[in-house]
Order: sequence, then structure tokens, then C-alpha cells
Amino acid sequence: MSSEPNIDQLLAKSYRHGFVTDIDSDTLPPGLDEDVVRFISRKKKEPAFLTEWRLKAYRHWLTMKEPHWAKLSVNPIDYQAISYFSAPRQNANAPKSLEEVDPKLLATYEKLGVPLHERARLAGVAVDAVFDSVSVATTFKERLAEAGVVFCSFSDAVHDHPALIEKYLGTVVPHTDNFFAGLNSAVFSDGSFVYVPPGVRCPMELSTYFRINAKNTGQFERTLIIAAPGSHVSYLEGCTAPMRDENQLHAAVVELIAEDDAEIKYSTVQNWYPGDENGVGGIYNFVTKRGECRGRNSKIAWTQVETGSAITWKYPSCVLKGENSVGEFYSVATANHYQQADTGTKMIHIGANTRSTIVSKGISAGHGQNSYRGLVKILPSAHGARNFTQCDSLLMGGNCGAHTFPYIETRNPSATVEHEASTSKISEDQLFYCLQRGIEEEDAVNMIVSGFCKTVLKELPMEFAVEAQNLLAVSLEGAVG
Amino acid sequence: MSLLKIENLSATVGGKKVLNGVSLTVNAGEVHAIMGPNGSGKSTLSYVLAGRPGYEITGGSVQFEGRDLAALAPEDRARAGLFLGFQYPVEIPGVNNVYLLKAAMNAKRKAAGEPEVDAYEFLQLVRGKMKLMQMDESFLSRGVNEGFSGGEKKRNEILQMLVLEPKLAVLDETDSGLEIDALKVVARGVNSLRSRERGVLLITHYQRLLDHVVPDQVHVLARGRIARSGDKSLALELEKRGYDWVLEVA
Repeated sequence: MSSEPNIDQLLAKSYRHGFVTDIDSDTLPPGLDEDVVRFISRKKKEPAFLTEWRLKAYRHWLTMKEPHWAKLSVNPIDYQAISYFSAPRQNANAPKSLEEVDPKLLATYEKLGVPLHERARLAGVAVDAVFDSVSVATTFKERLAEAGVVFCSFSDAVHDHPALIEKYLGTVVPHTDNFFAGLNSAVFSDGSFVYVPPGVRCPMELSTYFRINAKNTGQFERTLIIAAPGSHVSYLEGCTAPMRDENQLHAAVVELIAEDDAEIKYSTVQNWYPGDENGVGGIYNFVTKRGECRGRNSKIAWTQVETGSAITWKYPSCVLKGENSVGEFYSVATANHYQQADTGTKMIHIGANTRSTIVSKGISAGHGQNSYRGLVKILPSAHGARNFTQCDSLLMGGNCGAHTFPYIETRNPSATVEHEASTSKISEDQLFYCLQRGIEEEDAVNMIVSGFCKTVLKELPMEFAVEAQNLLAVSLEGAVG
Repeated sequence: MSLLKIENLSATVGGKKVLNGVSLTVNAGEVHAIMGPNGSGKSTLSYVLAGRPGYEITGGSVQFEGRDLAALAPEDRARAGLFLGFQYPVEIPGVNNVYLLKAAMNAKRKAAGEPEVDAYEFLQLVRGKMKLMQMDESFLSRGVNEGFSGGEKKRNEILQMLVLEPKLAVLDETDSGLEIDALKVVARGVNSLRSRERGVLLITHYQRLLDHVVPDQVHVLARGRIARSGDKSLALELEKRGYDWVLEVA
């Protein structure tokens, strides 16, 4: 159609978070062996059990192979060329309050749209900011402490709550789970920790911002969230990285545990650097996220808006053990330029009357390749289990692709599993209709895409829904075909 | 200066010649009806006026308030006050009707150098027009045309027209598929827009709409050109005799 040159220009919109912050950092030279693992553990003054845990993971990782079953083409990763630890230098004397945080760092967050002071106060959001691999500042600690909620960096949790770490770490995603989870278990340097005590409704949204800044570093954060019986927590993570020509590895692990009647809502707005319009550079996002509904009537809901990364490989999953437990997965994934996304979820139904809902919206543009990969597994014990899956794909332009790989395994005849799928293009009719109403092409595409993603976006906490919508706009605006 | 001046207009769709020398002038304050058999180029004319991609002007000219319409992008034509009521309004799932309307309103205001519309005032305005169109409040939060019946879609077109207050409304078979009560509601909407400053181009198959929206002129489009023009009595004659005699004369 006649507006195509225009489209290319719009598609070529550049990445808005691609700045580098010039801060002194303590970076380990590239390479990985047992000494590196020990160094990280020592640097973080970890108890012996954790050092051993890491080493065990490392030794097992050596026996593992990179997974290549996803519909992704990945440049070979040289694990010896990555630096496994990078911390802003002043971390030696960790800041006790926001005032002590390096102003340059805070300015970085300002640029990211996360002004810790203002935003946190206005939005009532507690923010834990992870810069490269070290947690920088956690706001609202006090107010949370009053409610008995623990929200801190993973490192702090190791020191302040070692018993909880020892009890829960690796119980949802063991180090043997997969190659990247194994690597993470050996070398993770920080992340977030949340514990919500019995019966407590967390008084505010919890939020973490991750940013990879230093060159040649990998980011391996580890997040652990425990919701005790009858508790409720909503958690959001956001991610960005500077523009670099080389690919950078991000291999995180997130573990969620929901006890009886507890509820965890975990939302992600992922905007890692996706590489340039020719597919050079960008983050390799290989992430393992899993939640276990251990208790009766527990609920875990994943919501993700994945606009960034050169490659996204992630399947936030729910293991539904407790009777009547509920798992939900709401996803918007975009793949523009040469981005590749292979993402979806696993819903493992173990308990009776467990229910799961999957809503996946994939958007492909440019030469992007977007795959939904999902597993719904109903075990013999899961009487009356139910799943509903809806997978919709939206294509923009003629060079992109959308793929759907739903796996369904049902071993209980009383289970109900529904799957709906659709693939559509932004139609010329829709676009012209908007133009004829005087609406700019870019705005029209944003509008249509937002409409397409609405069922997912409405699951995000209010204050982040707008941000997610803006991100979608940045990554896709004008992409029509 | 006339509102719309079409001179010897030729146009192709996908390389196929559909309009072949159309000439037509609509002055402010006038309502013109365009009738004609299927395939005569009525919808093509409306799309050419609105600037739909793929509809190419190959000869002649179209002036809108003295401006060369062909030089304007579709969205600029809309902002300048040209409205097309679609024959088959498209569904845009997940986008609220009120959201689209407001975006359209603000795009127009922005082009005119005016500030964005006040949210409250806008809602009051829309509610007032909805009342006129006998539309339910729930309509506001529904997706654009999403799951609408044929009649609801047509009403929605007229509602958008009333809110945007175009200078020239081109209504492409807005009456088709409407039962008589809905037709009256639509006609009331169109009549409420009639004024000395505005013009309406009604594309229709049937004379019955013209009982309710009385046109100043009626034209028959056949084989890509205006084959005959007249007053309202021409529509009545067509109703009785069909189109064949016009074609023979042409």
C-alpha cells in the first residue's frame, strides 16, 4: 500500500533507554570457574550453605547443554567471555537511604522514568532498583516493615533472613531445572526478596527496576517471593539496558510460592535493548519464572508485557498443587525488526479443581518472529481441573512471522481444556477508518494494538498500564501492512 | 466558492477504471443524493473523495472549499471537515467508541490550533447526540462497532458525524439494511446537521431515505459518470421506472 515508506521510517524508531551511565564499577574479569563462583559468594559475604549451593549448581551446570528446542536462532554464546559480577563501586558502603545513593544513578532512573523519590511517593510504590547485578536502594522499607512485609534485595535477605532463603531457595526452580537456571544458581549476584506474613495484604505495589549498564556483563538476578497463608502481594518488575553492539546475556530466575489462600500477582514490563533495526546487538533474555500454588485456594497470576530483548525465551509457569488453586498468565509480546520471541507458559494441574487461564497476544512486525509456546498438563490427581487458553497473533507487514505451539496433556478424564487461537493483520479497513476520522496513522496503529492487547493490559496495576501502553507504542508505532 | 467541486473526475481502483468523467458541485447548505445501479461507481466516488489508498485519481479535479483535495492526506481531509459515513463500518476490537471519538475530535481541534476538548464537556456533548440517535449509554464503553448489529453500526456513523460536525458529510448507503424506525432516527440525525454552512452527499439505492431527508438535487451515477440530474422528483421517477431508461438516454 501507498504509505509503506512511511511505515519503514516509523518502524525504525530508536530505543529510548539506550544511554550508558558513567559510574565506577567493580567488575570481575570475564570467565567462569569455581573460583569465580566462590568470589561472588565471598564478595557478598554469604553463609557457607549458600556457597555450597552455588558450587553444587555450578558443577551440575557443567554437565548441562544449552536448550535449542525453541524456535529461535541464537548466536553462539561464549560463557567464558562474560563477566559474572559488576557492581557500582560505592556499593562497598551500601547506601542507607536515597540521599546516599550516587546522584548519577538516580539520574539514570529519572531518564528511565523511575524517579525514585517522586514516583515512589506519588504512586505509593516501593521500588527496589537493581543496577547491573546489585540492588541499589529500596524505598518504603519502613512502611512495609510496619505491616511485617519483607521487601529487600536478595543479598540483604541472605544476611537478614537466612533461614527463609535456605528453606525456600531452589524449591520451585531447582538448579537442575534447565541450563540457564543452573547457570543462574551458580552465579546470581542479586535480585529481590519478598516475604508477606500470614494474613497480610501488602499495603502497596512492590516494584523492582533492573538495568544492565556495564559492558560485557551478564545479569543473573534471582527473585524469591513467598506469600504466607492468607496473604496478598502484587509485584512489578521493569527492565531496560543501554544500546550496545554485542549481545548481552540476561538469565534470571524467579520463584514464587503461594501458601493456603494466598495470592501473588507478578507483572513484568520488559524493555531490554532489542538490538538495532538490522538485528545487531540486544539482550538475550533467557529467563526461568515459575510459581507454585502450594496451598488450597491459592492464586498466582503472571502478567507480562515483553517489548524488548533481541531474543526472549521465557515461560512463566504455575504449578497448581493446592486444591482449588488458580494460575493465570496474561502476555503481550512484540517482535519488531529482527527480534525473536519464544514465550508462553506452563500450567501444571496437580490438585483437584485447579483452574488456569492463559491469554497470549503476540504482535509481529518488521522481520520479527513471535512464537507462543504453552503447555497445559493435567495430572491424574487433578479431578475437575479446567483450563482456558486464548492465543491471538497480530501481524504487521509481510516479513514477520507468528507461530503457536500449544501442548496439551490430559491424564484425567474429568478435566476441561479449551484452546482458542486467531491470527490477524491490522487491516487496511481499520486503519483507513481511523484516518478518515482525522486520526494520525501512528495514533491509529497504537489504538488498534492497544485494543488488541486490552484484555492483558487491564491486568496490569493501574499506574503501570499507561507505561506499558507507551512502550508498546514506542516499539511498534506505525507498523502496518 | 462551492463547498465541493468535482470536475471531469476519472479514477481507477486496482488499475480498473471506475469513474469516468464525473462532474458535480455541492454548495454549502445543499443536500445532494447520488443514486445508481450496483457497480456504477457510487462507493468508489466516496472513497476517492476520502482519499482511500488504492483509489487513484487519473484525471480531472476535486476541490474542497477551493483546495485541491488530491493534495491532502486522508486524515487531513477529515480534519478539514470531510466526513465519510462508511457503508460497512469496520470493527476495531478493544478500542472504546468514546475513545475513538475523542481522538478524532482532538485530532481535528489540534489541526485547527485549538486545545484538547475538556473531558467532561465532551462527554456531555456525546451524550446529547446519543440521545438524539436513541443510543444506549452502554454504547460508550463498547468496542468500536464490536458486535454491533447492522443498524447500530449505521447509527454509530451518524453519531460520529454529529459529534465531529463536518462541513461535508458523504454518507455511503447509510440507509441500507435499516428498518423504518431506525431509518427515521438516522434521517433525524442527518437533518439535524443540515445548515447553511454544511453540505451532504447522500449515496443511496432507495428513494425512501429521501422522504425523510429531502435533497436539493438528485443525480444518477451510471457507468462512472453522472447520467442525469434533477430535483427530488427524479428519485420518485427512478423508484417507479428503475435505472434502465436513464442508461438508455445516457
